[in-house]
Amino acid sequence: MLRLRSVYKCFARGTSYEVNALTGINLKIAEGDFVTVIGSNGAGKSTLLNIISGTMLPDKGMIRIDHQDVTKKAEHCRAKYIGRVFQDPLMGTAPSMTIEENLVLSIKRYGRGLRLGLNNKRREFFRNKLAELELGLENMLSKKVALLSGGQRQALTILMATMFDPKLLLLDEHTASLDPGISKKIQTITQEIVKEKKLTTIMVTHNMQEALRLGKRTIMMDRGRIILDISGKERENVTIDYLLKQFAKLRKEEYIEDELVLA
Amino acid sequence: MSWSLVFHAIEQGLVFGLMALGVYITFQVLDFPDLSVDGSFPLGGAITAKIIFSGGHPLVAIFWAIIGGLLAGGLTAFFHTRLKFTNLLSGILTMTLLYSINLRIMGKSNIPLLGKITILDNIKSLFPSLTMDQLTPLLFLFIVLLVKSLLDYFLSTEIGMAIRATGDNEQMILSLGVDTKITKIIGLCLSNGLVALSGSLFAQYSGFADVGMGIGTIVAGLASVIIGRSIIKNGNIVWMTTSVIIGSIIYRATVMIALRYGYHFGFQPGDLKLISVVLVVIALTFPLVRGRVKAIVMSNDSSSSEKEQ
Repeated sequence: MLRLRSVYKCFARGTSYEVNALTGINLKIAEGDFVTVIGSNGAGKSTLLNIISGTMLPDKGMIRIDHQDVTKKAEHCRAKYIGRVFQDPLMGTAPSMTIEENLVLSIKRYGRGLRLGLNNKRREFFRNKLAELELGLENMLSKKVALLSGGQRQALTILMATMFDPKLLLLDEHTASLDPGISKKIQTITQEIVKEKKLTTIMVTHNMQEALRLGKRTIMMDRGRIILDISGKERENVTIDYLLKQFAKLRKEEYIEDELVLA
Repeated sequence: MSWSLVFHAIEQGLVFGLMALGVYITFQVLDFPDLSVDGSFPLGGAITAKIIFSGGHPLVAIFWAIIGGLLAGGLTAFFHTRLKFTNLLSGILTMTLLYSINLRIMGKSNIPLLGKITILDNIKSLFPSLTMDQLTPLLFLFIVLLVKSLLDYFLSTEIGMAIRATGDNEQMILSLGVDTKITKIIGLCLSNGLVALSGSLFAQYSGFADVGMGIGTIVAGLASVIIGRSIIKNGNIVWMTTSVIIGSIIYRATVMIALRYGYHFGFQPGDLKLISVVLVVIALTFPLVRGRVKAIVMSNDSSSSEKEQ
């Protein structure tokens, strides 16, 4: 389904701010898999999602989605494969347009034409979809999105990202900036949609417990590399404590290596 | 204030309203401050004057004026999307180079159309019972309503919505599969096409085209958009385009009053552009000032009530 082969991405190359965000990522994700990604700040999690979605192009390496080589394809060309939800609820919707207009934007990923965006059939379809969220949005179709709360906007974004049955769903800490109550609700909505549509999903999270509880496979990243990749039986027996220890151990080894080199 | 002044304000407000709609598309819908309109307005006038002066049909002149405007918008879009210039610089480059183009088209800095057959004369011959003073506002109203309806429809189509989303949240619409380079190209072409149409009609209405007639177009367009939006706050597309046209009429009326009665206060015709800018500044700061005044009034209220206690 998704295949990354030795993908490199470096920011501000040749300056004193040079950051190697991704250093030789190899990743293979099967159809219908649900992968959670954890790692400290600056580990390269968000860059990984940006590289997959085409927001950034890699310096080196190859990306394939659904057996298509998309390495050089621009973001809008990959949109037919990918649904994406960002951390910031403001990023996934157009604030000065109404809820129904935002939904119109999401039903096609290419081939938009000179047909009117809205008709009664589409409105009815949107109303049913919104009712499934149980947030009362079905009665606010012609309200501007700017008037919604962060949680409501994020729920709408999830609906829009999955409207077209994407091959791949990318979730970038999409509940992190919401308050705990609504965050839980958004996570439930996400899980239901992923399950119902059997979507291949990559979810970045800061919450280790969530990372192990949700999905089928967990990846840990550090300094642009994948340092842990667990699934199945092995993953079931892993605790948060173990992950933290593993992480600390890796860090320490590297630290010693650096010491030796510098000595 | 005389009736003729009111009628002239409405006529001009409608003609320039087409230009204001163009400015609305770039500034408000696309969030793209496009200065090329200062060049595409006289471009529309220049093409029209040249064709009509050489004996061409007014409709042919209007057609080529619109095409010229579309190309001008396309050039700005090319600078911005292909050559990666900033939006401001792209507009300034087009505006500047159009000055030379306009001079080339006209061959001199001014072409008078007195005694030539314009679109107004064409329509007049269809309705011989109407006088020119009755016909002009009606014809302009008809054209503006037609253009506005088409624009309302276009902005409600799937492509139109993608253009609106480009100005509202570009990252989001990219991730939904829209090439924002293309939506910007469409928006800029459409906008400058409308501005050139406005220039074409203005040249026929006022009986001349001048290479300097475009100076300050952008300020007048912005003023119309801002005045209109501060009067009608409804966010619906149909209301937004309506508000822009009403804003244009109010702006023209204000300018005319300033010109007609301004000499009492020592104004000269050359002060017009200065007055335009003052109008824009007032319209822009109006909500801010209103907020301040409210705050002051309320703080006075509370302090006086404290004293009473």
